[in-house]
Amino acid sequence: MIDHALTFAFACFGLALLFNLYRIVVAPGVVDRVLALDTLVINSIALLGLYGILEGTAVYFEASMLIAMTGFVSTVSYARFMLRGDVIE
Amino acid sequence: MEATSDMLPLIVALPFLGALLPGIVIRAGRDTCTWFTLFPTALALLMLLLHAPGVMAGEVYHWRLDWLPGLGLDANFFLDGLGLLFAGLILGIGLLIILYARFYLSKNDPMGQFFTYLLLFQGAMVGIVLSDNILLLLIFWELTSLSSFLLIGYWNHLPEGRQGARMALAVTGMGGLAMIGGMLILGEIAGSYDISVILQHKDAIQASDWYLPALLLILLGCFTKSAQFPFHFWLPHAMAAPTPVSAYLHSATMVKAGLFLMARLWPVLSGTPEWFYIVATTGLITMVIAAVIALFKDDLKGLLAFSTVSHLGLITMLLGFGTEAAALVAVFHIINHASFKAALFMTAGIVDHEAHTRDIKRLGGLRHLMPVTFVIATITALSMAGIPPLNGFISKEMMLKETTYAAWAGNPWLVPALATFGALFSVAYSFRYIWHVFMGPVRDDYPARPHDPGFGMWAGPALLAAIVVGIGVAPFVVEPFVNVVAGAVTGAPQDTHLKLWHGVNAALFMSIAAILGGALLLASHRALEAGWLRAGPPAAKAIFDAIVGAATRAARGLTDGLHDGSLTRFSAIFVVTVTLAGAIAWSTGEIGAPSRATLPIAIVPLIATVLLVGATLCLVAFHRNRLLALVLIGVVGLTVAVGFAYFSAPDLAMTQLSVEVVTIILLLLALNFLPRETPRESSGARRLRDGVLAVAGGGAVAALAYAMMTRDFALPSISSYHLANSYKGGGGTNVVNVILVDFRGFDTYGEIIVLGIAALVIFALTQTVLRGAGGRFLESQGRPGGEAGDRHPLMMVVATRVMMPMALMVGVYIFLRGHNEPGGGFIAGLIVAIALLMQYMASGFAWAEARQRVPYHSTIALGVLIATATGIGAWFNGVPFLTSAHDYFTVPGIAELHLSTAVAFDVGVFLTVLGAVMLALWSLSRMARRTGEPVNVEPMDVNPAADAASSREG
Repeated sequence: MIDHALTFAFACFGLALLFNLYRIVVAPGVVDRVLALDTLVINSIALLGLYGILEGTAVYFEASMLIAMTGFVSTVSYARFMLRGDVIE
Repeated sequence: MEATSDMLPLIVALPFLGALLPGIVIRAGRDTCTWFTLFPTALALLMLLLHAPGVMAGEVYHWRLDWLPGLGLDANFFLDGLGLLFAGLILGIGLLIILYARFYLSKNDPMGQFFTYLLLFQGAMVGIVLSDNILLLLIFWELTSLSSFLLIGYWNHLPEGRQGARMALAVTGMGGLAMIGGMLILGEIAGSYDISVILQHKDAIQASDWYLPALLLILLGCFTKSAQFPFHFWLPHAMAAPTPVSAYLHSATMVKAGLFLMARLWPVLSGTPEWFYIVATTGLITMVIAAVIALFKDDLKGLLAFSTVSHLGLITMLLGFGTEAAALVAVFHIINHASFKAALFMTAGIVDHEAHTRDIKRLGGLRHLMPVTFVIATITALSMAGIPPLNGFISKEMMLKETTYAAWAGNPWLVPALATFGALFSVAYSFRYIWHVFMGPVRDDYPARPHDPGFGMWAGPALLAAIVVGIGVAPFVVEPFVNVVAGAVTGAPQDTHLKLWHGVNAALFMSIAAILGGALLLASHRALEAGWLRAGPPAAKAIFDAIVGAATRAARGLTDGLHDGSLTRFSAIFVVTVTLAGAIAWSTGEIGAPSRATLPIAIVPLIATVLLVGATLCLVAFHRNRLLALVLIGVVGLTVAVGFAYFSAPDLAMTQLSVEVVTIILLLLALNFLPRETPRESSGARRLRDGVLAVAGGGAVAALAYAMMTRDFALPSISSYHLANSYKGGGGTNVVNVILVDFRGFDTYGEIIVLGIAALVIFALTQTVLRGAGGRFLESQGRPGGEAGDRHPLMMVVATRVMMPMALMVGVYIFLRGHNEPGGGFIAGLIVAIALLMQYMASGFAWAEARQRVPYHSTIALGVLIATATGIGAWFNGVPFLTSAHDYFTVPGIAELHLSTAVAFDVGVFLTVLGAVMLALWSLSRMARRTGEPVNVEPMDVNPAADAASSREG
């Protein structure tokens, strides 16, 4: 059962990645692109987690934890760049 | 007879060690400085003289030390008669020169610097003459070129000094380069780089096909160093140096290094027709041409410089004759020339020093004003002219006698006639030195009123003049010594009797002819000079400058053609070269059939591939929108990182992720100063060309990777070694980390140093930009538009504060377990850097900087120092640099701890990475700091806690 659930989840998140890329390239504004990139990051975390479940190992958890911890920093920098121009002021 | 002497390396080392002192003790005064320069020289001379009785008795002293035996480069020294003569000249005349320079240099000249250079040069020269290994000799040879460059250019405020130094370095450096080739060939033929071994292989060397190339290359080195035609032109230009330098380098020592080497290798190289025709002819031409030019030089030092060239030519010619008798005369004349020429240079320096001019046309009548100088100059100049009973007469007579035995292409008259012709001019310019400077009426238009200098200044030349007379009157005193030295040169014992009177023979008539002719020439000097000036002899400097200019233009043309600063140009050249090289290798090599099956294509990796390729294509299409390009790069980076994780490379994935974040912040900082859009700069055709090249290069790499990955390795890979030894040798189960900090620890060590340097360079560059025009431009810009929102939002500040300890803990965790599981100092450094950067972003540059206690420069330095200390620690363990040791410890309450010294090394890596990343980002974000902008003291714009407190107080 879990295999089917995993396959389904992989398909969904994979599809989501493609949609993310589409939104990054074709977007009404810069904010949409950055949000799409952030979503892409979160979807990758999910994919790594799913892959860890599939393989039955905790190794991938760390990579996803690292993405979770640092990934938002890039989003924040983009946001600061768009709002203030200067990332560190 | 052979003996070992432990003093030999000390004799060579003393001047080098002494060179450390003058620059320091000059603070204690000029006299102290002179004493500290005299002391190592005198000590080295003393140690040398202790060997003299043994050498005179036929001993040869050796000292050996294997330095780089794999290369044949060993620190071997030996001392025989020839070495004793030259080392004695270098150290003995060195003493006199140091004394002379003490009084010659003015108060404005940095004396400590001068004596340091002088001792460096002295050490290099002694090294040349005592080396028993030709590679070691080459090192000292180059050192003399470098130190003489410093000495000639000592008065670096004078353009002649700088140009003369550069010319000397270019010419002698080129010769040295040629000589390296010649020496290597010689060593290969003989099968050893030891001179004492090479000297045993005369037959093998002269029979070899490589004899002529080796001979030509070595002679090129000797001729450039000893200023032989056509390389004689640098020596007169080197006269821009202070006179002590001219007297020391350009008469007594350095220019004789070429002669020394010809004498040293005389037993194996001489005796062939090639040797005779190349060496003797060059010497003869040099002797005659330089003597003629010398007569028409008005500059005292110029006259002496060309006369030196002429005498060097004379000695070269004698060595070129290839007979033992001629070699003995060469040795004798080396001694005589060193004595009278050094003294003459010093008298020229005295005249220049006192009269403030060296122009012969402005001098004359000095005998009444400078009687002491006059006596010294007259004695030594007469010796140079070859007047009895002075030492120059004896060696010149013997030289003329030897020329009568030399038949040039079957013609017995040519060499003696030309030699007499040269001697004639030699007499003329020697007489001119006396007559036009010291004789004649006293003038009243000297630039300064000349008078004799103090005792310190004329003591040296006076001593040399006494030697000149002494050897001339009683040549039997030096006879045993000359015989020993000549024996060392020729390799056969010599027993020649030196005497003043050789009887009535051909040489005597040649001598008389030369003296009479020389006097006649001087008498008609005015008329001859007019003719000389009309003829307009070619100026060597113009020719040299033209050649150097042409070489520079050619080099610049080639460099600029390949690399004109345009990225597209040199990436295109690079891609084409690499692709073509790969194509040639592919078409000429062999490759087996694919032996590995491809993996089945799963859905998620396929999507990731589509993502990667799609993002890359979009990047190419939209790269002019810089922000979009950055976002797309982020997609590529993330996909690659996830790919690393998927393909079992968690270390790489973690590194890639943290680097990704740092890169984005860095680029965003930079983008702040750049336009949002990249302008279109190249034409369509050019873009098409670049596109084709890029696709070809990328396609080739992809095809190669595919070919490699579908086949097994042809040879066993080293992975298995690393896997097997990682735990056993490096004490860790994470092979990647063990490779980084242990197997390839030296690479990592170099890399962190480079990383630290790069960060410091970024710091230095931004500092420079901010101080200069760039900083003023930034100030005038004001803030770029599009500001909105809070500077330091409350929510972000709180979030980053909460994140900080967690991120630091993750960093510690990743670091500690790095040796056994994915992680390590590099990743930990990046994670901690990101945690700190968050604080900078949240609460602002000024607020964060005020709370940063340790400067990032120190963090970098500390990291490198810790890594170095760890590496050196291995020495105390008796193992090579960076070999790690490891053991297990039990910490109560936590767990069994496995500690390896590599962990300490990893701390160094961690600190360097942290410091480098932070310094680079700090420097870039500092560029955005402009004056006049309010600096925040509070960590956030709206602080509810502070507001509540102030309202309570209010």
